[in-house]
Amino acid sequence: MTVMVQETEPVVLNNSLLQRSRNLQGISFIGLSLPAAMLVAAVLIIPFSWLAWLSLFDAAGNLSTENYVRLLRPAYVDSFLTTFKVAGLVTAICVLLGYPVAYLLSQLPQRATQILMVFVILPFWTSVLVRTYAWLVLLQRQGIINQWLLSSGLISEPLPLVHNMTGTVIGMVHVMLPFLILPLYASMKAIDPVLLRAAANCGASPAQAFRQVFLPLSLSGLSAGIALTFVLCLGFYLTPALLGGGRVAMWSTQIADMVAKFANWGAASALSVVLLVVTGGILWGVNRFMRVPDAWGGKR
Amino acid sequence: MQIGRITLSGLLIGAAGLAMASGSFAANETVTIAGFGGNLQKDLRATLWQPAADKAGLSIAEETHDGLAAVRVQVQSGSPTWDLVHLGSDDCAVGGKEGLFEPLDYNVINTDGFDKRGYGEHWIATNSYSVVLAWRTDVYKDKAPQSWKDLWDTEKFPGRRALSTYPQEMLEVALMADGVPKDELYPLDSKRAFRSLDKIKSKVAVWWSSGAQSSQLIKDGEVDMMAIWGSRVASVIADGAPVSYTYQDAILGYGCLAILKGAPHVKAAQTLVAGVVSPEIQARIPEMMPYYGPTNSLAFQVGKFSQEVLARSNMSPENLKKQVFLDANWWRDNTNLVREDYSLLMAN
Repeated sequence: MTVMVQETEPVVLNNSLLQRSRNLQGISFIGLSLPAAMLVAAVLIIPFSWLAWLSLFDAAGNLSTENYVRLLRPAYVDSFLTTFKVAGLVTAICVLLGYPVAYLLSQLPQRATQILMVFVILPFWTSVLVRTYAWLVLLQRQGIINQWLLSSGLISEPLPLVHNMTGTVIGMVHVMLPFLILPLYASMKAIDPVLLRAAANCGASPAQAFRQVFLPLSLSGLSAGIALTFVLCLGFYLTPALLGGGRVAMWSTQIADMVAKFANWGAASALSVVLLVVTGGILWGVNRFMRVPDAWGGKR
Repeated sequence: MQIGRITLSGLLIGAAGLAMASGSFAANETVTIAGFGGNLQKDLRATLWQPAADKAGLSIAEETHDGLAAVRVQVQSGSPTWDLVHLGSDDCAVGGKEGLFEPLDYNVINTDGFDKRGYGEHWIATNSYSVVLAWRTDVYKDKAPQSWKDLWDTEKFPGRRALSTYPQEMLEVALMADGVPKDELYPLDSKRAFRSLDKIKSKVAVWWSSGAQSSQLIKDGEVDMMAIWGSRVASVIADGAPVSYTYQDAILGYGCLAILKGAPHVKAAQTLVAGVVSPEIQARIPEMMPYYGPTNSLAFQVGKFSQEVLARSNMSPENLKKQVFLDANWWRDNTNLVREDYSLLMAN
């Protein structure tokens, strides 16, 4: 009897102390994150709720589903598909161009990486507007590229490089590349080079080692980059508006038109709600099936 | 002087009931005008609003808005702080239909010299612009295009075209290109207009969405022929680009003033509007805001203008004859119907 009491008492005491310290930790954690939580509520949750609320009213201010029913009409379905087509195409090209760059950056000596990294980061720091206009100067009919191709005799007619899908995709890939390269580079840098040497020791050719060891380990960074790029592309406005020549009807263009040209806030809100929900759905799906948290610092 | 006026207005307020009932207003009342802001509003104030206010012995205060939605909010509040609002023509017509505006008092406002499409029950046009056909003279050296039909004629006039992303005025252009005479345009046959647009859309290299973009397109030779605001193409020519344009079959659009329902100074606002659209004050537009035209054609009888100004101004008697006024009421009732079809047309 007495032996048992002597044995259990310190354990109970210890447990309650641990519990108390856990509680304190919880409270201080909540306290520390409270300012950020309030900020998120103020700039994200409240405006979004307001947006969702607005979308339930028609132009005359009556409660209706009109704003959502309208989205099933061809003009909106078409622009919805265009948005995903553009986002998919831009993301795919970014992967093709970005993966080799990130790989190169992760394998080069420190000094060379730093120098090359400047070239990745520099456009990142330049205004999107400036870069978009720069593309206009390069790509238009009397632009530098067409002039050069014409004078070199490679083409006899100027190529339609801008004011269409081509120009939009070129401009957007340029803007989006760093968003793919940076998370990818971070995850590649974290791959232990010993693993590749181990693979070589086991008789793998360099190509095999890359395919069977490096590539799978870089996938979490790649999927983070893909998700980031794709989602940002969905909401792109400026570049398609300036380089699309009115032909690339992105969902964001429709939202802007609804507000700026037709002053219909309800309709614009419905468009925004749909875009936000679909984007959220995609992020959730990617999170769920592609192990993105790895790259975003979550638990393995 | 100032003190004297205030005392006088104090006296008038003493007899307020009588004065209000008989339709006059206290001197030195402050009328608030809301416009789109920016340089346009600065110019409108200097050219039209301030002289009209001075003539009526009123003061003016300015606000800015971003379209009809802001006007709705003001009126729905029940006690708007603005008296007058300056908007685009179809917005005025839409607002009138929605009951956002007081009816204009045409006993006070004289519409002599106005086209019948230039005013409505609740609004009146204050400044006009033209959507014209412009082309590169270095591309069409021997034979210049003359009309919208030539914009559609890609065999006789090969080259790249540009039209606006906004359907207003473009449906009119498409119908005239299809052979509809300019005085038989309204009500617009939108089906026919879209059939006509279908014929040209593959040659439309760019659908422009802003005035700055439209002038850049023709200045840089990105397109050879286009529909563009007259003011924009004039500045391109002034910059020395080989470009020309014609007022033939151009479409006259306009900005307009309306009085908010329940505004604090309705009577004073009516008098101010009467001043703004009077020939004397409208005659200031060709010199002071040459990128716009007056809406009152009598301005050209009152003012004396050089040949150069007359040739350039879109509302001079010679140029006015060639053009057609936009019907804001048609667009008020149909914008929503054609907008989606138009955006589909551009995308495919």
